[in-house]
Amino acid sequence: MLAEKYADEIQKILSRYPPEWKRSAVMPLLHLAQREYGQVTPPVLAEVGALCGLEPTQVAGVVGFYSLYHDHPAGRRRVQICTDLPCALRGAERFGQELCQKLGVGWDETTADGEFTVEHVMCVGACDKAPVFQIQDETGIHFHESPAPDQPLTVEQALESLNRLKAQ
Amino acid sequence: MDHILLRHRDIPDIHQLDVYLRHGGFEAFRKAVTTLTPAQVIDEVKASGLRGRGGAGFPTGLKWSFLTKGVYPRYVVVNTDESEPGTFKDREIIERNPFQFIEGALICAYAAEANTVYNYIRGEYWDAAAWLDECLAAARARGFIGPNVFGSAYSVEFHNHLGAGAYICGEESALLESIEGKLGQPRLKPPFPADKGLYGKPTVVNNTETLTNVPYILQHGAAAYKQFGTEKSPGRKVFSLSGNVNRPGNYELPLGVTLRELIYTHGGGVPGDKKVKAVMLAGASSSVLAVTDDILDTALDYEAVAAKGAMLGSASVIVLDESVDLAWVALKTTRFFKHESCGKCTPCREGTYWMLNILERVNRGEAVKADVDLLHNVASQIQNKCLCPLGEFSVTPVLSSLKAFRADFDAHAKDAAPKPAPKPAAAKPAAAKSAPAKAAPAPAGD
Repeated sequence: MLAEKYADEIQKILSRYPPEWKRSAVMPLLHLAQREYGQVTPPVLAEVGALCGLEPTQVAGVVGFYSLYHDHPAGRRRVQICTDLPCALRGAERFGQELCQKLGVGWDETTADGEFTVEHVMCVGACDKAPVFQIQDETGIHFHESPAPDQPLTVEQALESLNRLKAQ
Repeated sequence: MDHILLRHRDIPDIHQLDVYLRHGGFEAFRKAVTTLTPAQVIDEVKASGLRGRGGAGFPTGLKWSFLTKGVYPRYVVVNTDESEPGTFKDREIIERNPFQFIEGALICAYAAEANTVYNYIRGEYWDAAAWLDECLAAARARGFIGPNVFGSAYSVEFHNHLGAGAYICGEESALLESIEGKLGQPRLKPPFPADKGLYGKPTVVNNTETLTNVPYILQHGAAAYKQFGTEKSPGRKVFSLSGNVNRPGNYELPLGVTLRELIYTHGGGVPGDKKVKAVMLAGASSSVLAVTDDILDTALDYEAVAAKGAMLGSASVIVLDESVDLAWVALKTTRFFKHESCGKCTPCREGTYWMLNILERVNRGEAVKADVDLLHNVASQIQNKCLCPLGEFSVTPVLSSLKAFRADFDAHAKDAAPKPAPKPAAAKPAAAKSAPAKAAPAPAGD
């Protein structure tokens, strides 16, 4: 249970908002839940709701609205590739397709070992460092970008990063 | 030219508090709290002519002066939710020059007589937000945040609030809803945030870059700030340059720099020396401008860009070279806005769905010319009917592309009047026919 495992962190989160606005804590609490469980299931909705004074259905509404909370299972790590306009102009679509091919999956599919699910993500604010992907997992969200504009991230480099993560 | 916003480019370790302090850090905040009244701070910012850098360009000092008198507590909310395709300036500021941003937000809080700052950072900036948390802790340890700053009666708290992947939360009232633990959907205005903002209290909402200007203004004075830029658009601006350029990235330049200088001098020109076909000056929501010498010589300030029928917005310049197909660009921007529509108002929710539907058909080579007219029709019906700017944004690139580059759309259409039964065998030649156009955007990066 989050309440026991993260008692201090939850107190810290709640202390940032006025006491009568506990519901403001729903987003940070959901980030905590997403990290801990990898998805937000119905029992988790109730758990988070109890912590910030919301009904489970209200929490479900929040989960459905924002892209970084997930109500369905996936691989241990979500590999989220940006293919929006500025990235696409710098080859991100081909990058995404080739990475999928090398991993042996299609978009929104999970590798056979359960490690990675490849997903589209909307612009992540790294347009000058395309191609770019982010990893969402139990540690949060982390960018993997091209080192420089004239050194675009290659599929091989991306696979190396993924293999390193897998070995951890 | 020394930077005043991207100062880490001149002073590499300025992201460390000690280094920031050695370079005059927090002196402007000290000056404000110990020698100026909130009203005097507002007057100085008004006199500087600083305008909001998040896109709307509203005069910053004026915004601060609008707070409903005599109502407390008040809040300062910072918009670090930058999510528009093509915009990546605030991230560099919080990662590399965080204390100047923090100082600017604290000065704003003092001027607004607010004791709490919430900084709304998009969830994807997870690592940057964690770093900013560390910076806040360092500033708190030195007494710049907390009770009785500089021994005065003024106390202030500062918290980060992490978003979770919703472009709409960059709209100020949706952002406030989001902090309140609700769906990030825009509010009806009025009341405006200055009257009833966060938790129903008077609230200033400012962009990250806007506030990062403030320490310079307080320290060096409004007159010094006005030496940069133009009369109506004073100051420096961070231009985010992306797309088909050799050196994409952020460039801090005076407002009024020409597009030609930005693309060719700073951006290093276009890969393969291709011609620039079009530019989008304000990210994905831009009015697409066909590029001519006249456009290249346009001064990038709020007024001059508006005179060309476009908006400078947050100055997120996406360069499209001669190989780019505008029907594909419209597909990309529409897919973004359809995904990001919050669903509250019908023209945006339904309209973006239908625009995307038609654009997918066009780009697959399955459309007829009448579909292109239909696209125009649907876009026109969304225009001026939405609750917030997002719906309007979705239409701008589509209608402007149709106006300037209609041929790009028609090139995909098969002219056969009655649509044949959708047999795979019949669909193939059509798809093949459109292949060159569809493949067109790829060469730049691949």
